[in-house]
Amino acid sequence: MKKFINHPDAVVREALVGLAAAHPELRVDLEQQIVVRADAPRAGKVGLISGGGSGHEPLHAGFVGLGMLDAACPGEVFTSPVPDQILAAAKAVDAGSGVVHIVKNYTGDVMNFQMAAELSGDEGIEVHSVLVDDDVAVEDSTWTAGRRGTGATMLVEKIAGALAEEGGDAASVAALGTRVNEASASFAIALTACTTPAAGRPGFELGEDEMEVGVGIHGEPGRRREKLRPARDIATMTLEAILAAKPVAAGEDAIVLMNGLGATPLIELYLLYGEVAGLLESAGVRIARNLVGNYVTSLDMAGMSLTVCRADPELLRLWDAPVRTPALRWGV
Amino acid sequence: MDVALAKAWLDTAADAIAAQADQLTTLDAAIGDSDHGVNMNRGFGAVRTALAGAEPDGVGAVFVLAGSTLVSKVGGASGPLYGSALRALGKALPDGPEVDAAAFGAGLRAGLEALRKLGGAAPGDKTIVDAYLPAVDAYDAAVRQHGQDGDGGLAAAARAAAEAAAEGMRATVPLQARKGRASYLGERSIGHQDPGATSTWLIFQALADAAAP
Repeated sequence: MKKFINHPDAVVREALVGLAAAHPELRVDLEQQIVVRADAPRAGKVGLISGGGSGHEPLHAGFVGLGMLDAACPGEVFTSPVPDQILAAAKAVDAGSGVVHIVKNYTGDVMNFQMAAELSGDEGIEVHSVLVDDDVAVEDSTWTAGRRGTGATMLVEKIAGALAEEGGDAASVAALGTRVNEASASFAIALTACTTPAAGRPGFELGEDEMEVGVGIHGEPGRRREKLRPARDIATMTLEAILAAKPVAAGEDAIVLMNGLGATPLIELYLLYGEVAGLLESAGVRIARNLVGNYVTSLDMAGMSLTVCRADPELLRLWDAPVRTPALRWGV
Repeated sequence: MDVALAKAWLDTAADAIAAQADQLTTLDAAIGDSDHGVNMNRGFGAVRTALAGAEPDGVGAVFVLAGSTLVSKVGGASGPLYGSALRALGKALPDGPEVDAAAFGAGLRAGLEALRKLGGAAPGDKTIVDAYLPAVDAYDAAVRQHGQDGDGGLAAAARAAAEAAAEGMRATVPLQARKGRASYLGERSIGHQDPGATSTWLIFQALADAAAP
């Protein structure tokens, strides 16, 4: 393992020290391990809280700020935060209008946020939740823990965050977040595994000519292993899987996120985006907005995830609303 | 089961988990996200620290403190699951510095029920439950069969529980995971031993070791 770290156990904390140094506009509480908007709590505003394991940066702490999250709760690497952290975040951002949890659908995340919601309720804080489960590589059935929350999480955070900034109430913000999730589908492919600092070795081995199809964002193996194919074929199979699960009809608008998993250079992401854009154009779908870059990552995994969200004028308006966070900023 | 044995059990479990942390993480790398050993070791290390600085007034209080510590320190699924199980075990025990083997068995089952309620796993889903459930059944059967003459009864029951947990753990190998992160692999989860069932066996083996006369 070669990483810029001091000690595997100190990675999350020391990265937060750096985040605090780089972004004095955020309040980084190292004791509680939470990242909060400096101006929180804001009277009349719903508090938007997300969190999850670390290792997905800039998700979630990089999306704290105006127009997006009020607080992020980073757990240990690939390990959900604990209820105490989430409760501390709720107390830090609740101005009496309640909070909305944005939770990625993983067993641990769901349990810890649920426990935190009960603790927050005991403290008189109203909690609504959005469960993000956009990864269509996993079948949503009683035979699995259900679809994973992946790339669409940042779309939910951006769009729900915009409504919260406008003064939407907790129920409306949560309902909108759920609507964005339902309109979104993602699929990911890895060229390498990733190495967690604590494990010190890759989670799985891939041959030079192999790719892992249907991976999540925690270095876990995917649904199947295949021979590596040209980017055009990969773009086609990825988009087909997405549209089979959540169709976007000709004439409809879409928000497209071509996301890197951490170690894939932008030149490859743009190449893939070009393929996807061509395919969607042929299908008559208009890419109304797009993002190309590393937004929901899996440490040093080489790979990409594609997210397509069927959009409507309200979603696009909120997507365009001002945002000022470490990793996403426009309109301000 | 008294306060000293309760502490000794958790201490022994912390030692076993520390010694096997790499093995747990390796099992987790195959079908999960390579952190089970790290998380369990962090959690049980914190339990050891919390217990060292506490003077619980009863057996139940030891387990409630240990469970709350796991919930607060571990995260992921294993923190809430093991934490809730230990808390439920502690709350189910009668007050006092000592409880008999049958009452402790009822507490172990209360812990299992709390864990199953939270995680929703059924036997055969390739989870903690596949080691925990047979362990509790074996414990109860041993207490029924041999009576419960002090900690001698508990020691025999704990040995039976550890053996059953080991068997349940090994029986997870051919199963396809239906809960937790391993379920994302579908059929590819077959052929690997479940890390959660493995840590459960370590914990029951620690009970047998700590209770051995």
